[in-house]
Amino acid sequence: MAETENDNLKNFDPAASNGGTFHEGLRDGLAIGLGYLSVSFSFGILAVASGLSWWQAGLVSLTNITSAGQVAGVGIMASSGGLIEMMISQIVINLRYSLMAISLSQKTDKSMTSLKRALLAYGLTDEIFGVAASKEHEVGSKYFFGLTVLPVIGWVLGTLLGAILGGIFPDFLTNALAVGIYGMFISIVIPKAKHNRVIMICALISCGISCLFFYVPWLKEHVSSGFAIIIAAVVAALVGVFCFPHGEEAKEAKA
Amino acid sequence: MNLSVFIPLAVVMALTTWLVRALPFTLFRRKITNARVKAFFDLIPYTVLSAMTFPAILYATGSLPTACAGLAVALILSFCERSLLTVAIGACLATLAATGVMMFIQRG
Repeated sequence: MAETENDNLKNFDPAASNGGTFHEGLRDGLAIGLGYLSVSFSFGILAVASGLSWWQAGLVSLTNITSAGQVAGVGIMASSGGLIEMMISQIVINLRYSLMAISLSQKTDKSMTSLKRALLAYGLTDEIFGVAASKEHEVGSKYFFGLTVLPVIGWVLGTLLGAILGGIFPDFLTNALAVGIYGMFISIVIPKAKHNRVIMICALISCGISCLFFYVPWLKEHVSSGFAIIIAAVVAALVGVFCFPHGEEAKEAKA
Repeated sequence: MNLSVFIPLAVVMALTTWLVRALPFTLFRRKITNARVKAFFDLIPYTVLSAMTFPAILYATGSLPTACAGLAVALILSFCERSLLTVAIGACLATLAATGVMMFIQRG
């Protein structure tokens, strides 16, 4: 009798406590999907204004799932830019995903095989990373897949809606929706920063450096927004690592 | 847009974006043991999101006061540890409300 109970527990446990379930991922992805719906709506409007047709705008969103990179990419398409220019711009703007991929690979469980990693990496965005990285449990392939489903649908659907009926929506509505995505970022950072001094200080430093790139004219002209984010994030994290002896502090916040 | 312009650029764009994500995620498998390097990667999510949010959120609506209303509500709600969706919707509603107030003031 005791053994059966034990077996039941064993059968029940791995999915729930190891890498998370598909269902849990789906649920966590809902907020991101809704946020994307509004942000990609603006992208759809922008893409059509740049000369893309509605299905071309949708295809760009479906194959990239990234805001800053797509805005830059559509700009290059509009000016019939070169392939090398496209490649370099996407590498620079999206380089932060490489950092996130390495960071996230520290949290993945054994269900993440090479093939699954290569396929699931497609859906690695800032927000998906933020949610996955802040989970208390490890990140399994089922959880991560679930987490990406609704955001991808939201991102593509929003783009199509924006491309097709963007002109109909009043500006004040789309503007208000645009704040939602940042609200989401804030809701990931603040609760952690509240309980962890190092995260709080590093987040503030990162905001400060980001402001420098935005408000100092020379920096704004010469450094792209994608690159500014990389520099701000890396410098702030390095300050956290080297100025605070308790390197483990950041990790403890997750426990 | 002309397909002969769109297709090659769209393919290069999609492939590059995917490789930037997939190569490190697939190839970088071993667990980092160095405490400092580990602490660095633990901090990165929060510093990336911070840099992306600020000051960009101030210009998300095209009007500083309405954006500040959204920012303030997002900060308060997330400080009270409300869920992701609550904070996102709260920020949108606050921005909408502030937009309404601004319209009213400008008309008056």
